Amino acid sequence: MPHEGEVINRMTAAADHAPMSKQITFTVWFCLLGMTAVEVFLAYEQLELKVMLVLLMTLSIVKASLIIAYFMHLRYERQSLAWTLMPALIFVVGMLFVVFPDSVRVLLMKPK
Amino acid sequence: MSSQAHELSPVAGESVWSGGASPYAIPSKKLGMWLFIVSDAITFSAILIAYSYVRVASETWPRPFAFSPSIINATVMTFVLLSSSVTMVLGVRAAKLGLRSAAAGWLVATLMGGVIFDILHLREWFGLIHEGVRLWSNPWGTPLFGATFFGLTGLHMTHVTIGVVYLAVVAAGTARGRFNADDVEVSGLYWHFVDLVWMFIFPLVYLLSARVG
Repeated sequence: MPHEGEVINRMTAAADHAPMSKQITFTVWFCLLGMTAVEVFLAYEQLELKVMLVLLMTLSIVKASLIIAYFMHLRYERQSLAWTLMPALIFVVGMLFVVFPDSVRVLLMKPK
Repeated sequence: MSSQAHELSPVAGESVWSGGASPYAIPSKKLGMWLFIVSDAITFSAILIAYSYVRVASETWPRPFAFSPSIINATVMTFVLLSSSVTMVLGVRAAKLGLRSAAAGWLVATLMGGVIFDILHLREWFGLIHEGVRLWSNPWGTPLFGATFFGLTGLHMTHVTIGVVYLAVVAAGTARGRFNADDVEVSGLYWHFVDLVWMFIFPLVYLLSARVG
């Protein structure tokens, strides 16, 4: 026997889980394709490796965020879900990145 | 075929943490899939960062991927996977609207994208193996190239293949009415994650080893 509160909650929950509009879906898709084209273009610009790495990682993070937010619907879920999942991931990835500056150690220390 | 949202919301006035309801207002299997995805993302992040580290640190990293056919092939693979994510979204949409066979159709379209991706990828693998690239050596530079390439793309391709099987099962079950919109959505989460990982592998592995000039 649903209480009034449950009915209201059910309506809110149903609205949160309403399907995403086709327009948003295809807009996100075109943005992802566009960013892919930019990445391929950048690969042939003969930029320094470290610069390329930063640019490509940044673009990839933006693409990943679009997929997570829209295709995986996280933007439309309860905020608490995003706050439970994302900070943990970002924290671990940050920890993994801590030793990354060491990657240029051998290159820098080699006698010229 | 609607979601089980009504079982998940608490009575008005009660705390969401007082039991009998999901604090995130989602089915347990969806939360379970999200938690798995975060753990798998951490795994791929560790491997990707380790790969990026040795890529930057190496002076003898080969650049074997010519624009044609390698970069074109990888770009087509990216397009195929991105499009399969769109068909997946449309499948979840159809499922939520109660359109069972439409949803199953979109799921089949999605897994066909995965199959095409696998075929293109394996063609590339066989080409590289034919040229002498192994997990422990290659004719061009540091042995780490083959190890990281096959390791990373192999793990990803395994995920794609598992996804193809998973989607086939969900498509068949959805058509028969055994699975509901929540099940379709949960399988969609997995598929988008597989696409997401490729968004990192494509630039870091292919574009950073593209033959330029």
